Amino acid sequence: MYDTAKTESALDQTETKISARNVQVYYGDTHAIKDVNVEIEDKTVTAFIGPSGCGKSTFLRCLNRMNDTIDICRVTGDILLDGEDIYDPKVDPVQLRAKVGMVFQKPNPFPKSIYDNIAYGPRIHGLARNKAELDEIVEKSLRRGAIWDEVKDRLDAPGTGLSGGQQQRLCIARAIATEPEVLLMDEPCSALDPIATAQVEELIDELRQSYSVVIVTHSMQQAARVSQKTAFFHLGHLVEYGETGQIFTNPEDPRTESYITGRIG
Amino acid sequence: MPTAWLVVFVLAVSAIGYIAGRRRALNSAGGDSRALHSLPVYYGFNVALSALVPSLLVLAVWLLAQPMLVENRVSGMIPAEAIPESSTLGLVMSDVRRVAEGLDIAVQQGALSEQEARAIRADVTDVRARLGDLGVALGSDVRSEVLSAAQRYRQITATGHLLMTLVVAALTLGGLGFAYARTNKDFRARNVVERGVLALLILAASLAILTTIGIVLSMLFETVNFFRLHSWTDFFFGSTWAPNFRGDSELSILPLLWGTLYISFIALLVAVPVGLFAAVYLSEYAHGHVRAFAKPLLEILAGIPTIVYGLFALLTVGPALVRVFGRGSEGLLGVDWMSGATSVLTAGVVMGIMLIPFVSSLSDDIINAVPQAMRDGSLGLGATRSETIRQVVLPAALPGIVGAILLAASRAIGETMIVVMGAGAIAKFSLNPLESMTTITTRIVSQLTGDTDFASPETLVAFALGITLFVLTLGLNVLALYIVRKYREQYE
Amino acid sequence: MTDTSQQGGGPAAPARKHGETLMKLTARTKRRNAAERRFQAYGIAAIGVGLLMLVILVVNIFGNGMGAFTQTFITLDVHLDQSKLDKKGNRDLEDIKKVSTFGYAPLINRAFETKAADLDLKSGLKPKAMADLLSKSAAAQLRDYVLADPARIGQTVSFRFLANSRVDGYMKGRVSRESIANDKNISAAQLDLVDELIAEGTVRRTFNPAFIFGADASDQRPEAAGIGVSMLGSLFMMVVVLALALPIGVAASIYLEEFAAKNWLTDIIEVNISNLAAVPSIVFGILGLAVFINYMHLPMSAPLVGGLVLTLMTLPTIIISTRASLKSVPPSIRDAALGVGASKMQAVFHHVLPLAAPGILTGTIIGLAQALGETAPLLLIGMVGFIASNAPDGVAAGLMSPNSAMPAQIYEWAKRADPAFYERAWGGIIILLVFLITMNTLAVILRRRFERRW
Ligand SMILES: Nc1ncnc2c1ncn2[C@@H]1O[C@H](COP(=O)(O)OP(=O)(O)OP(=O)(O)O)[C@@H](O)[C@H]1O
Ligand SMILES: [Mg+2]
Repeated sequence: MYDTAKTESALDQTETKISARNVQVYYGDTHAIKDVNVEIEDKTVTAFIGPSGCGKSTFLRCLNRMNDTIDICRVTGDILLDGEDIYDPKVDPVQLRAKVGMVFQKPNPFPKSIYDNIAYGPRIHGLARNKAELDEIVEKSLRRGAIWDEVKDRLDAPGTGLSGGQQQRLCIARAIATEPEVLLMDEPCSALDPIATAQVEELIDELRQSYSVVIVTHSMQQAARVSQKTAFFHLGHLVEYGETGQIFTNPEDPRTESYITGRIG
Repeated sequence: MPTAWLVVFVLAVSAIGYIAGRRRALNSAGGDSRALHSLPVYYGFNVALSALVPSLLVLAVWLLAQPMLVENRVSGMIPAEAIPESSTLGLVMSDVRRVAEGLDIAVQQGALSEQEARAIRADVTDVRARLGDLGVALGSDVRSEVLSAAQRYRQITATGHLLMTLVVAALTLGGLGFAYARTNKDFRARNVVERGVLALLILAASLAILTTIGIVLSMLFETVNFFRLHSWTDFFFGSTWAPNFRGDSELSILPLLWGTLYISFIALLVAVPVGLFAAVYLSEYAHGHVRAFAKPLLEILAGIPTIVYGLFALLTVGPALVRVFGRGSEGLLGVDWMSGATSVLTAGVVMGIMLIPFVSSLSDDIINAVPQAMRDGSLGLGATRSETIRQVVLPAALPGIVGAILLAASRAIGETMIVVMGAGAIAKFSLNPLESMTTITTRIVSQLTGDTDFASPETLVAFALGITLFVLTLGLNVLALYIVRKYREQYE
Repeated sequence: MTDTSQQGGGPAAPARKHGETLMKLTARTKRRNAAERRFQAYGIAAIGVGLLMLVILVVNIFGNGMGAFTQTFITLDVHLDQSKLDKKGNRDLEDIKKVSTFGYAPLINRAFETKAADLDLKSGLKPKAMADLLSKSAAAQLRDYVLADPARIGQTVSFRFLANSRVDGYMKGRVSRESIANDKNISAAQLDLVDELIAEGTVRRTFNPAFIFGADASDQRPEAAGIGVSMLGSLFMMVVVLALALPIGVAASIYLEEFAAKNWLTDIIEVNISNLAAVPSIVFGILGLAVFINYMHLPMSAPLVGGLVLTLMTLPTIIISTRASLKSVPPSIRDAALGVGASKMQAVFHHVLPLAAPGILTGTIIGLAQALGETAPLLLIGMVGFIASNAPDGVAAGLMSPNSAMPAQIYEWAKRADPAFYERAWGGIIILLVFLITMNTLAVILRRRFERRW
């Protein structure tokens, strides 16, 4: 297939961050992801697109083993992060998730203060040795989350009191605070208005400088705007994966074309 | 049981009314039920309900009101100078009622004829002794005003009863006749019946309010009587509980309240950690089958009647604790800190066991109400499950859990059997959990069982205790429900 | 990032771009995982404690209570001596009745004497001391037997007497030679006799239906006490509760769920009901005492009063569960009925109520089970301290004449001084629990069988 050929050449490229090989995911008897192979590059924004229920979220959640929390979910195949199999029994998902952070569709700030929301990750991972360091991490994360100016005067206010867009940026800042290497985002803008969406997109573009970002989106425009690579999923298959420009202008697979032009989905 | 026969009569008449009404309606339509406005059963029901409902309502109201009216009439007979000092009209009246009751029993058992009962005179016969023979104990000798009032009381009651029977019977027959006469094929029987049924439904729903009013009034009246006999400052602020049936009691709620709160505290100390951890494990960790097995088993603990826990405290836990903490050198610890099986610890531990499922199932609900997104957010940052639970789920569920604990506390404060059997009877302020202590509920039971004399503060104090308990538990409940509701709204 | 790897300990693998290897657990992760395991252990321990308590409770109940279902009997051949029982010899019932239980005691003494002679027992006890092994009711038992059929006078009959509670306790291991050191009711010599009689088969422990069906007995005769009469008391109370709480509860729920407008009155009623459900049961007892007994002059200790009090107590439970099952009937059913021209009332009574019936029944059974086990309010209306020695004759007497109830009877036994009653209290609990388990199982079966998913 198209992407296996690419895998061969990509293996020795250092910028490959995550590579998935023959990944299958089952929910009980449902076969949700069927034989997916993909190379996700470092310092790149990769977009997952596809019709609803095709398995985008499922695959995304495989990348930081969030699927472990679902009893009936079973994953086979290999997913390598920097060449290490993340499903190896020796790997602790807790350590993995510190490196592969996640932002969810609906903003989910904890019912704590803004400060504590951000400090949560650094605290559990022991990233700060003292209060001053923690303050620094919080400020840095909020700044990189492009929300510092809006909340710097009310760090003690509850995070749940922010607007939807602010909450989502808070969640992104919260994910950044643990210094992950990969950031997974599952439809991070679907609950946001256009202005907030624009802010978040801008933020994602900046994050590309230091992270590998994977974003699931239903918006073709958004995928085109923020991503360099795009993967199109359909009924659990990875149909096509390549440069975003190419996928949107010149798709190889007829299914991709019909989806992009709005005929399936 | 003439009242029961009256009810039987009313029911029988209604049944006849049903058949008659139905038949008359059908006849008026020439036997063709399609010509009727409503289905034939409605005509039957209309007649039956017309006979039944007004008469039963009047009966119920009459039964409730008659004692009050009789009391009013009779109390007028007692001259002010006949009321001894240190007593009140209400107390004299309770003597009157007791004598009247005694006479009733005497007549029933055939010790006195009806004539004798009416004519008996206090200055001739020793009424107290005679009634005493029949098992009706009177607190003091029967004075002649009291006796004649009692006789009058019986007389009015008897008349009232007769009148009631007549009125109810008349209403039944009248209702039947009226509805029967109205029955013809164009009569809108369904609408009338439905309106009647709706009224009955409303009546049933208001019974809840009536019960509350009944609870409050019944306790309030006697509490007021109590505070006439006993100073309220001693009750609320005194320091000693020492009822003395010869009078001059010290009746303060504070030592009882202390015992109640201490035992409840120990119960919560057992139930809250165990219940909360069990709930956390069941809802966050346990696999489906473990949950399906352990949860119902734990809930069995909540379905066991409190008498079982009481027995468990008295006969198992208490002696076991004595074996550990008591008996000097023969005991397990070689100490002699505990002498009897009843103690704060005994009652508290057993009550704690009873409350485990209460706390755990409430907390389970509350923990499950915390959105999964919260957990995902935390796990996605690389938190372990226990970190997620301790730092995200539990703080988010905190208000709900506080509500649950308050509900459990209210349960503990109002619990009776476990403390009656496990706590002991000594009212005191002590911090030693191995000593016997007593609680509000135990004292209510002990003051109101056996021979109760509604004229003595030692009996009446139970009502003051009862109303305090009611207010206390009600307050806790209202607060808890408020907190829980607020909490639920937060995630809706 | 370097910061993190130092925190984690160990230098980063050279082949990697940033961060440490995933294959090695950092010290911190190990610590956190240990905390995780501890936390889980607490949870398991908590559940373990809960289940352990359940097991202890059950073992306790059955361990202590099963004994109540068996009783020790002593079989003796009693010669119904005519010269003692019917001096005139004309079998006139009136004359025979004149012989009191004292007149029967010598017969029993004689029977023991004969037995001792037959078996060549060497206890050397006086006949009176031997007869003391029997229950204090033995003579009365014999007298009733004779009065039932005077023709038996003159015969020698083999008679099964209830043994004294100490003998019974000895058979059950509750009483031993050490424990009776200060007991005036039985001596070591008597126990020796018992041993001989056991070996010989005269003293036997068998199933005792009288415990389940019999009446309570006085303080002196724990061996004769049964729970049957108070079971009837409970039964009558439950009949009252069912007859009142079910219709009233259903009516109130129908009004609140189907007809009530959303206004302050409805709000008050609703708040009221949820609060009543949490009022301590003892408060209902006070209400019963003040209103039903003191004000309305209904008799003390009557199951009717108990039933009324329990009705008020159970109503909120029934209303809450009935409303839940009414609510679970989808609105489409009501709309369908209204659509074909039924009145609101008809829609509710013909369509909604039958569909909700299983749920209502389940809730009612659970409410009844709760009421059956309730004790505290019964204490205040005099159902304790009363010796339920006669079964009521007829429904009216069952409702109005003084009786006890199962939980009240159990409490009564627990209060008595003689430890022989404790066994009966535990035994009573077994019976009570059998009822409760049956009722709850019934409720579960009903729910399973009629559970409907719309
Ligand atoms: N927890 C689960 N249990 C069982 N099946 C699941 C679960 N989560 C997802 N699925 C199934 O797996 C398939 C893929 O679901 P997934 O959520 O990955 O789709 P998606 O592409 O993210 O869709 P959307 O765009 O709507 O978010 C679907 O058929 C879904 O029903
Ligand atoms: Mg999705």
